[in-house]
Amino acid sequence: MAKKVLMDSETIDRTIVRITSEILEKNKGAKELVVVGVRTRGVHIAERIVKRINKLEKIKPPMGTLDITLYRDDLRRKTEWPKVERTEIPFSVEDKEVILVDDVIYTGRTTRAALEEIMDFGRPSSIQLVTMVDRGHRELPIQPDYVGIVVNTLSSEKVRVHLKETDGKDEVIVKKG
Amino acid sequence: MSFKHKHILGLEELTAKEITLILDTAESMKEVSERDIKKVPALRGVTVCNLFYEPSTRTRSSFEIAEKRLSADVLNFTLSHSSVTKGETLLDTARNLEAMGASVIVIRHPLSGAPWLLAKELNSSIINAGDGSHEHPSQALLDLFTIRKIKGKIKGLKVVIVGDILHSRVARSNVWGLVKLGAEVRVVGPPTLIPRYIKKAKAKTFYNLEEAIKGADVVIMLRIQMERQESVYFPSLREYSRFYGLTREKLKGADRDVTVMHPGPINRGIELSSDIADDASSVILDQVSNGIAVRMAMFYLAASAGRNQ
Repeated sequence: MAKKVLMDSETIDRTIVRITSEILEKNKGAKELVVVGVRTRGVHIAERIVKRINKLEKIKPPMGTLDITLYRDDLRRKTEWPKVERTEIPFSVEDKEVILVDDVIYTGRTTRAALEEIMDFGRPSSIQLVTMVDRGHRELPIQPDYVGIVVNTLSSEKVRVHLKETDGKDEVIVKKG
Repeated sequence: MSFKHKHILGLEELTAKEITLILDTAESMKEVSERDIKKVPALRGVTVCNLFYEPSTRTRSSFEIAEKRLSADVLNFTLSHSSVTKGETLLDTARNLEAMGASVIVIRHPLSGAPWLLAKELNSSIINAGDGSHEHPSQALLDLFTIRKIKGKIKGLKVVIVGDILHSRVARSNVWGLVKLGAEVRVVGPPTLIPRYIKKAKAKTFYNLEEAIKGADVVIMLRIQMERQESVYFPSLREYSRFYGLTREKLKGADRDVTVMHPGPINRGIELSSDIADDASSVILDQVSNGIAVRMAMFYLAASAGRNQ
């Protein structure tokens, strides 16, 4: 199977540095920020962003994890339902700037589910979306605010974000379907 | 691993892996109950019917809350208000509910096996909420969940089940579940109230409570079911209470961190002395809130398997 590397480990590091700076610039610091990662890989990217914010601003924004399984719009027809993992948002999102982090944005349906789930926890002042990769093919009017890389892909191709925490090394690859 | 059972009828027919998947899923569901808005959209558009042929407050309420937290539409059918009193058969009633759009039926029935009959004849997912003196899977699953939460594991624990084992569906489901997950299960009660399946399940039988309780990590007390004592299994309630009622004195032989559990409602002064009942009450109330999470997990997994077939 043909595989192409879109981002290597260094590029991913630099991208996180850039995205974090953009977040801080747009929100004028980190005071009102909370960071929420979408399971599984979004959580690890979120952790790195929190670490970077802490380094720059000496503030550690609260971090949560989101499992959107119970909010999927395909539960009524999916043949294999995914295992439900735990959502943990142990802080109030009321009037906060929520930085929502996912690895890849594709149809936008995961993001829709994540937005709905966050709203069930309160009324944030805004929700801003970070994704490492935007691979196009949106089916809903949802766009990320901070993007690592934009790539044109075919629907048949697979885009994978590999991270040290889950996959042993950092890289973004695209595979022919 | 995916869950293959569209119906959840009993723990005897589930594997250790499947039971563990239900408990793990319940772990995630518990978080939903801790939110301000205790509701997720997973079962939106699904109609669930609670068909109860026996009185029940806590089990029925717990199922109903679980259904509502998953956004299902809920239809309650209880004996006293239904056409059963006009002579309709179980199958006719259930078929009618299905025709009204119910795709999941939760049934409690005084006859053992009733949920299996529905599972065979209907298209809906059937969840057993207790059949006769046979199985009560949701209660056993929530007991397992509670034990795992308190002790951190189930494998290797010494668990004693005390009382009327013969008539107790809670005991039967617990014995199967605990044995499958690797606990050492001891049952204790008057010889007339120990059924034969205990041997098949590889649990140990005791007739003396003090002996059974030695080194126990968990003691599950059963309610004496006055409504199921159709003949005389022991001479008197007082004698039963003297031999098999749990008191602080009898509990001395158990592990220092022993956990006492009871499926409720408690007959104070009969199965449990009042001071033990007070000590145990926090765990007993924990069991009630864990029950909601476990039942949410059962619905999610059964519905997912139903979608698959």
